Amino acid sequence: MSEKITIALAGNPNSGKTTLFNALTGSRQQVGNYPGITVEKREGFISHENKSIHVVDLPGTYSLTAYSQEELVARNFLVMENPHVVVDVLDATNLERNLYLAVQFMELGIPVVLVLNMMDEVHKRGITINTAILSSLLQTPVVESVARSGKGKAEVLNTVVANVADHKQQEWNPLNISYGPDLDPKLEEMTTLIEQEDFLTRYYPSRWTALKYLEEDDEVRQLGQKDNKRVAAKLENIQAKVSKHCQVTLDTHPEAIIADYRYGYITSILKQGVITHTGDINRVNLSDKIDKVLTHKLLGPLLMCGVLYGMFFLTFGLGEAPLNWVQSFFAWLGTTFRVLLPEGIFQSLIVSGIIDGIGGVLSFVPLIIIMFFGLSFLEDSGYMARMAYMLDRVLRTFGLHGCSVMPFIISGGIPGGCAVPGLMAARTLRSPKEKLATLLTAPFLTCGAKVPVFLLIGGTFFPNHAASVLFWLTLSGWVAALLVARLLRSTIIRGEPTPFVMELPPYRLPTLKGLFIHTWERGWQYIKKAGTVILAISIIIWAAMSFPRLPENTQQDFQKRIHSIEQGINNSQSQEKQNQLKNRVKEIKNLQAQRTLQNSLAGRLGTSIESITQWAGFDWRMNISLIGGFAAKEVIISTMGTAYSLSETDPESGQTLSQRLANDTHWDKATGLSLMVFVLLYAPCFVSIVTMAKESSWKWAGFSMVFNTILAFCLAVIIYQIGQAL
Amino acid sequence: MNNIIGLRQMNVNQSGYIHHLSSHGELGRRLRDMGLTPGTEITIKGRAPLKDPVALRVRDCILTLRNNEADYILVNIGERDV
Repeated sequence: MSEKITIALAGNPNSGKTTLFNALTGSRQQVGNYPGITVEKREGFISHENKSIHVVDLPGTYSLTAYSQEELVARNFLVMENPHVVVDVLDATNLERNLYLAVQFMELGIPVVLVLNMMDEVHKRGITINTAILSSLLQTPVVESVARSGKGKAEVLNTVVANVADHKQQEWNPLNISYGPDLDPKLEEMTTLIEQEDFLTRYYPSRWTALKYLEEDDEVRQLGQKDNKRVAAKLENIQAKVSKHCQVTLDTHPEAIIADYRYGYITSILKQGVITHTGDINRVNLSDKIDKVLTHKLLGPLLMCGVLYGMFFLTFGLGEAPLNWVQSFFAWLGTTFRVLLPEGIFQSLIVSGIIDGIGGVLSFVPLIIIMFFGLSFLEDSGYMARMAYMLDRVLRTFGLHGCSVMPFIISGGIPGGCAVPGLMAARTLRSPKEKLATLLTAPFLTCGAKVPVFLLIGGTFFPNHAASVLFWLTLSGWVAALLVARLLRSTIIRGEPTPFVMELPPYRLPTLKGLFIHTWERGWQYIKKAGTVILAISIIIWAAMSFPRLPENTQQDFQKRIHSIEQGINNSQSQEKQNQLKNRVKEIKNLQAQRTLQNSLAGRLGTSIESITQWAGFDWRMNISLIGGFAAKEVIISTMGTAYSLSETDPESGQTLSQRLANDTHWDKATGLSLMVFVLLYAPCFVSIVTMAKESSWKWAGFSMVFNTILAFCLAVIIYQIGQAL
Repeated sequence: MNNIIGLRQMNVNQSGYIHHLSSHGELGRRLRDMGLTPGTEITIKGRAPLKDPVALRVRDCILTLRNNEADYILVNIGERDV
């Protein structure tokens, strides 16, 4: 059996780490989540020189503190899983900052291989990096690479294999940096104490633990409290004294001194002949030139609107055709099974429960794939960061982040979007609170499934003004999303805004390979994970709208009536009479469908809450339709058709339903308006709920269902009551 | 000492050396992780269309900061501190 090696791929965001990962593993990779959190875990398997290498792509981080989930994940993986080597990918054009993380790996003592990536850009800028000197000063192997073109791939693997052979049986060998006269003696004292007491030594090197105590690292402190309260208290005591001393005499904190000395160490190494500039240092680079236009105070926002619109158009314009193919295929499949299977409850389960359910899930796939393709492009090219930069001032007012704009637009900031890919687009947000607020408010926007409802109801009660109804509702969706975000951020998701400190990476053309891999794996993840849950819920909703069935004798009554009329058709000679009777059969069948729906669990629920919903002007028919709308908002109109015992209503035109509603005395402008506002704001469809749960948690997804429905209902009541009073 | 001003007061394309960084906790840590330590040279590259956040070049990369975050940073726009 071949030897197994585990390597962890680490590095700053935008260092080309993922590109190298793709180059190394190709398509042999899998994506999952780290247990309990939404940070992605990417793994791949390769064989090299008879060794099977397991590559784990750690999340991109700037440091190894415990502030963000990404940093914690990276640190815990190294300490708990003990990979053989950390391959640290560095953006060689920005060596100083990138070495800050590398030094922290070395302090932890784990064997490191440094990969200086983007060497082609380094040469272009007229910079020479002497990797031999760097390697000998840091006593660590250094490899040059250009991950985009796959250059250096073999050297990386060779070095890893050689390094693992070297380090066999050897202890970790932590790097010791001097932290100056104020901290070094204390560090020494703490290290001795830790060694004597064998405190946390099974996890971390002793000096590293001491350092983390001086940095006031929450994670290590909590672990220390659990391990040995007495020693932990002693260490915290020393830290408190040092901290006070530093504040009084130097007006600073130990962690600031530590960062200073770390950078000092790096600078001193780079000065020993590692970097030489041969070109003009002040030469304006291409990225700066592009930024002059793309973030210009007038042109910038204009171009951004163009990009947002383009992205929207791409997703839904290009996605329309494949979306229709998927839908037509499942419609065809439904019809086929309707013919093949005998009429009855089994046929209904297969066609309305399973085929419609799977069709509903899969019809989103083309949209998700195209959206992620565009999104990956914007992210990898560096434009996404510029968008966040330009919009931050506006969105921060509502407790959101500059990056929140993309999920909003995709979800229906432009009418016709869809919350499912929209919620997935929120992955680009790195700040947890802002991300949660974005997820919870994006479903308020006008998704494509709400549009036909607005057009039908708007067209019925505000003839010739359907378009302006749609416009004002879209605007209301935005207002609701932003105001609710503000409300949530000042109540249940309260807290200081996450620091915006963000890097504007140089513009780069993304690699096609990377784009395809990311797009595909996200689409597949959706199909696999959401598919199972969504199918189950779809069957439950189908059952709620079909059971309990009409009593046996009622069903027989309907059958008898249909049967006797059908005999009449057979006996009748005149064509006119036959058509008349055929219409009569249709009417009875519609009546039966209406009674079945009214008698079902959903129907009974709709009827039982009529006494409450009448405040908003909703009768049992509307209640059932809205309950059905939880499956998918498209269902609202077709269910309403059944509830009004009309034949198959085409959700796109719904002509007959429109006339029926216009002539109904129960309906007026106030009812229509109240219904439209309710549909705009109430519980997201369950596909969105499942997606939201995957991106945050079931708790928040449940909250969104309840909260949105209550909010929508309150507003609907206000509108209806005012409308009645006028 | 009149060479020392807040980062917010700096103009676009103006350079200086970080004199002092007074934030503690998460923000302080993030600023330092990104390379903003005393003595480091920074250049203001631009401001967002609504004048906030600000983009600055530090150690060969461009960072963005909100104005209220930049207020923790004092910059020496004169000669380099020794």
